[in-house]
Amino acid sequence: MTQQIIIYPLFLQILLAILLMFFWNRINAQRIISILGSSVNLALTIWIFAEIWQNGIYTVQAGNWEAPFGITFAADTLSATLVLLTAISGLAVSVFSSGSIIPARLRFGYFPIFHFLLLGLNGAFLTGDIFNLYVWFEIIIISSFVLITIGGEKAQLEGAVKYFTLNIVASMIFLTAIAVLYGLTGSLNMADLAGKVAAVENRGLVEVTAILFLIGFGIKAAVFPLYFWLPASYHTPPSAVSSIFGGLLTKVGVYALIRVFTLIFVDDVFLGQILIAVAVFTLISGGLGALVQNNVRKVFSYLIICHIGYMIAGLGMFTEVAIAGAIFYLIHDIVVKTNLFMLSGILYKIKASNSMKVLGGFYAQYPKLSLLLFVPLFSLVGIPPLSGFWPKISLINAGFAAENYWTIGAIIFASFITLVIIAKLWAEVFWKTPEERPRHSSFEYFSDISKLRKVQFIAPVVFLSLVSLYIGFGAEHIQLLSSRIAEELTNNNRYIDAVLHSDM
Amino acid sequence: MEILIAIMIGILYAAGIYMILRRSLVKLIIGIILFGNGANLLIFLLGRITKGAPPIIPENSEVFLEAYADPVPQALILTAIVISFGLQSFAIILVRRAHKVVKTDDLDEMNATDEDS
Repeated sequence: MTQQIIIYPLFLQILLAILLMFFWNRINAQRIISILGSSVNLALTIWIFAEIWQNGIYTVQAGNWEAPFGITFAADTLSATLVLLTAISGLAVSVFSSGSIIPARLRFGYFPIFHFLLLGLNGAFLTGDIFNLYVWFEIIIISSFVLITIGGEKAQLEGAVKYFTLNIVASMIFLTAIAVLYGLTGSLNMADLAGKVAAVENRGLVEVTAILFLIGFGIKAAVFPLYFWLPASYHTPPSAVSSIFGGLLTKVGVYALIRVFTLIFVDDVFLGQILIAVAVFTLISGGLGALVQNNVRKVFSYLIICHIGYMIAGLGMFTEVAIAGAIFYLIHDIVVKTNLFMLSGILYKIKASNSMKVLGGFYAQYPKLSLLLFVPLFSLVGIPPLSGFWPKISLINAGFAAENYWTIGAIIFASFITLVIIAKLWAEVFWKTPEERPRHSSFEYFSDISKLRKVQFIAPVVFLSLVSLYIGFGAEHIQLLSSRIAEELTNNNRYIDAVLHSDM
Repeated sequence: MEILIAIMIGILYAAGIYMILRRSLVKLIIGIILFGNGANLLIFLLGRITKGAPPIIPENSEVFLEAYADPVPQALILTAIVISFGLQSFAIILVRRAHKVVKTDDLDEMNATDEDS
């Protein structure tokens, strides 16, 4: 059974998390184990990706209970890609954490929880069972609660209260939706639900369930008007935590939306319209929110919201081209957003502040570093040939094909506003001559830290920037990949067959 | 019986949302607990309430002989209860810490994260 390789990342992450707990106070050992483990995980996920790219969908039935009675794990190309991206971001953040998180935080079990978070993410991407998806979501949020509060500063706790409340409400709504869905169909397996939901006669109740899913996942994905927890909390924890949150946590909500609305509630005109309206408002409000902020990390937080809009717009238009664009954007966004929050961590380490009023003069002070940081910042804007440009072509093309000019307008507006924001940020942070600030005696500045720790700060940014550059310059490959994913998602028979008739 | 439980679920959801919308931290937790219990009962109700035999097929037959209670919702509720128990205990500790550090239990006064910095 070579198909079982798809659950190896789960085993690896849980083993790492448990192993790390045995080294509770020995933080150097923890750093080494976490980095090594994440490297192994990356190799493993590359292998899985290659297998699935060649052989199509792999499924594993837990405990050999035949689908739809047991819990199914299924990896199609989308899942394999996201697991691979989780491994890439996970490795980068693991290296970055070992340099940037202070030992006091590491002694409270930062690394074990970090690997539990990655376990939850991998599980959510791989599971084929809707209740199991809920359980993985809970694993994700409970580890993210610990990560967001670890250290217990005032701002962190305040942010955590908001983050906690909204995420728990989202889970409850998700659970409510599952309950209604189970009541309607008597099944929890997503592939099985696809057929059973289509056969339900009470369409009104199906729509209501779909809206409940939309609200539950929408809170997690931070779409308009459900995003207010995100800018209130993402800038409070250490930047390594923000980067894994910004890169992957909202994207898991987007993944769930894509999965549920391409598999279970398919091709519903009403839902498509709602998704497009939500996307347009998300693009505009996120962009405008980012425009007025002065804290670099808050700017990035609002930009997360803004760019979620692209993916939702692609899903809302529901054509193969649009979904390909959304998937391409998802791939690009995970890498770039992880990178941006690490960038903000470096800025903070250099100047002990994240306020654009205080920062400045980086280009004069660190010209090479500035050139490096140019890559994620302008990939985000999507200056061709950098990575943010290509998915927008697909999205705008799909918009023209669907004659959906509102969406096109919002997409162009959001791109433009991102450009304005990044240009402002570049001028303020890199070019402006800053006022002299007295040095804090207690703060450990970037220029004071050892060479090894500088490498730990810079190396992950270099790594993710290279991935970004690859996505930009190798756009042909990524486009091929996202078209294949879009094709699989729009013709969901193959996924359903693979899950329900896995013995054939 | 169904109608009674349905009304109860409605009350639990309404009370939960009302409490979450209050400004006090403690009421927030009570709201979350009520909301969670409502969701659990909803699964129970929608799994159909059957006063039946346990879902075990007798040794010498191939199919169920009489109406049986669906075991899946109960497994789901059990999982959901355990998860919400964990989350609620985390919430209580979080609120305690937050109250100690921020020195208020009024959510409207917790706005340091929204200030321009």
